[in-house]
Amino acid sequence: MSTLFKDRPVWAERPGLPTRLTKNATLAAIATVVVLPLYVVVLTSLSPASAVNEAGGLVVIPAGISFQAYADLFSGGVVTRAVLVSLGVTLVGTAVSLAATILAAYGLSRPGSLWHRPLLFAVLLTFLFAPGMIPLYLLVSDLGLIDSYWSLILPTAVNAFNLVVMRAFFMNLPGEISDSARVDGAGEWTILTRLVLPMSKGVTAVIGLFYAVGYWNAFFNAVLYINDNSKWPLQLVLRQYVQQGQQISSSSVVGEAVQGTASAPNLAIQMAIVVVALVPVTFVYPLVQKHFTKGVIIGAVKG
Amino acid sequence: MTDRSGGPATTLGAPAPGGGRDDRRPARRPRPRPRTGTGNRPSLGARLRRDWQLLLMTLPAIGLLAVFHYAPTLGNVIAFQNYNPWDGVLGSPWVGLAQFERLFGDPRFWNAVGNTLTIATVQLVFFFPIPIALAILLDSVLSPRLRLLLQSIVYMPHFFSWVLVVTLFQQILGGAGLFSQMLRQNGHAPLEIMSDPDAFLFVVTSQMIWKDAGWGTIIFLAALAAINPNLYESAAVDGAGRWRRIWHITLPGLRPVIVLLLILKLGDILNVGFEQFFLQRDAFGSGVSEVLDTFIYHQTLVTGNFSAGAVAGLTKGLIGLVLILIANKTAHRMGENGIYRRV
Repeated sequence: MSTLFKDRPVWAERPGLPTRLTKNATLAAIATVVVLPLYVVVLTSLSPASAVNEAGGLVVIPAGISFQAYADLFSGGVVTRAVLVSLGVTLVGTAVSLAATILAAYGLSRPGSLWHRPLLFAVLLTFLFAPGMIPLYLLVSDLGLIDSYWSLILPTAVNAFNLVVMRAFFMNLPGEISDSARVDGAGEWTILTRLVLPMSKGVTAVIGLFYAVGYWNAFFNAVLYINDNSKWPLQLVLRQYVQQGQQISSSSVVGEAVQGTASAPNLAIQMAIVVVALVPVTFVYPLVQKHFTKGVIIGAVKG
Repeated sequence: MTDRSGGPATTLGAPAPGGGRDDRRPARRPRPRPRTGTGNRPSLGARLRRDWQLLLMTLPAIGLLAVFHYAPTLGNVIAFQNYNPWDGVLGSPWVGLAQFERLFGDPRFWNAVGNTLTIATVQLVFFFPIPIALAILLDSVLSPRLRLLLQSIVYMPHFFSWVLVVTLFQQILGGAGLFSQMLRQNGHAPLEIMSDPDAFLFVVTSQMIWKDAGWGTIIFLAALAAINPNLYESAAVDGAGRWRRIWHITLPGLRPVIVLLLILKLGDILNVGFEQFFLQRDAFGSGVSEVLDTFIYHQTLVTGNFSAGAVAGLTKGLIGLVLILIANKTAHRMGENGIYRRV
């Protein structure tokens, strides 16, 4: 953890009461500003119709609990499908990205290996310019990837920044172990999987998270490349039914099973969609959080 | 879309690739000498035999970059054409710089340029200092558990998608949102800032701060941890109070990082983000919210004029490239590593 002092050093004066109050109030305010919207959204999604009606909108004070909104969402309608699409794209995409990134990072990590300089240069050059939305769209279209889930994966599969971070990490590992393995006749694949990767769990977790979050949150790729709205990932559904507020009851968000029966209020369903988009990210990231500083800073400093 | 903000904290910028010292050719290998004899340098065949596995490993990533980065970059040639999808790149007529002329004569393009620069300036003035202040504040929290909790909270929104962030803002601050709801119940008029063009800059800057200010503290927290604690001690012994220590030790300690990030930000000024503006264009109107990227999108994929979009994209890319090169040059001048290193 990055901090200067574990305890207050002897020479540091204890701040006066006003300072302490101001500081604590500021910290509390910051935390509230981040957490409050999430709290309200989660609470509303879990509130029964009566509570939503009574509040006249979003629910701030809990009044009963109901999972009706989630039951509606996961009864096989648009949202169920979108969640499956997003999950699939995220899992496959992260696997593809991590594999390509780890392999290339390792392949470029040995000083003096053949052609590693021009290859690395080709990777780094991508920092300087983006290909542009239109030519990329035309390419994806020419490759026949419009309305294919691969269009959500392949164009963003390799992130040069992540590759460079990973490579820097590999280069900082002690070289003696892999050198001796090489002397013993181990192939590069063996060295990578048996020696290097077990020492790189932290950085792999962080970069995997970055990729996964990228895929889960990907929105504009889908706007461009997915015309068929039965293939929409969750973010597009979120936009259409929540941000743009398209009426849910009139659409097929809920599965046929629950249509006609008492369903959750519109607002609760909308907020439940928000929660579904939110939850995976919120739950996965604390697991790798302790590695953030390491992963990010190594990339930034060591090069 | 090569979404550069998708990576880990692009603002960090400084991966300083290009290889460090350790990357230089090992000293024991002799400098490539005039190729008169066989020399010590292994032949190409020998090196291939030695390194083919490594080369094979780089293939998937290099292939993906070649197809989805380099190939479409070449595809920018349609900026010099009157491209239509049926004739393809080879069959479409070449029109020289006509597309550029049309673009520069289009007031909507200049509106988008103006909006982009305004947003970038506002970001620089109102967003940039906040992670610094927040990092100093977080760093002053003594209890490790409390600090970890606070860090977890403020990092979190970075991982939310823009759709989610915009939606949350709407739900809280929008005309039908939480605050409006409370105002209405107390007999006041609802809040209209989520659709008021005059409030646009305020709203989008707040969104950026909410989403990314916490994440932006990481690099500053690392820099703070690198400051020598003895400096604080001697300053305190000499009678410097808290604020003077921040002013004379903390801020100078952060100076290199601040300068570097500032320069990189300037080099990246045309990339103000995309989805955020795309999502709110309807609510605020294109007059204030059209930035270069949304302009390109609406030029092309809505009107079907691919060359018009490509020419705007190419113009943006070229200016961006020049800005990045200048920014790096400046960083090097000041003795910092830019996004790439001096060779």
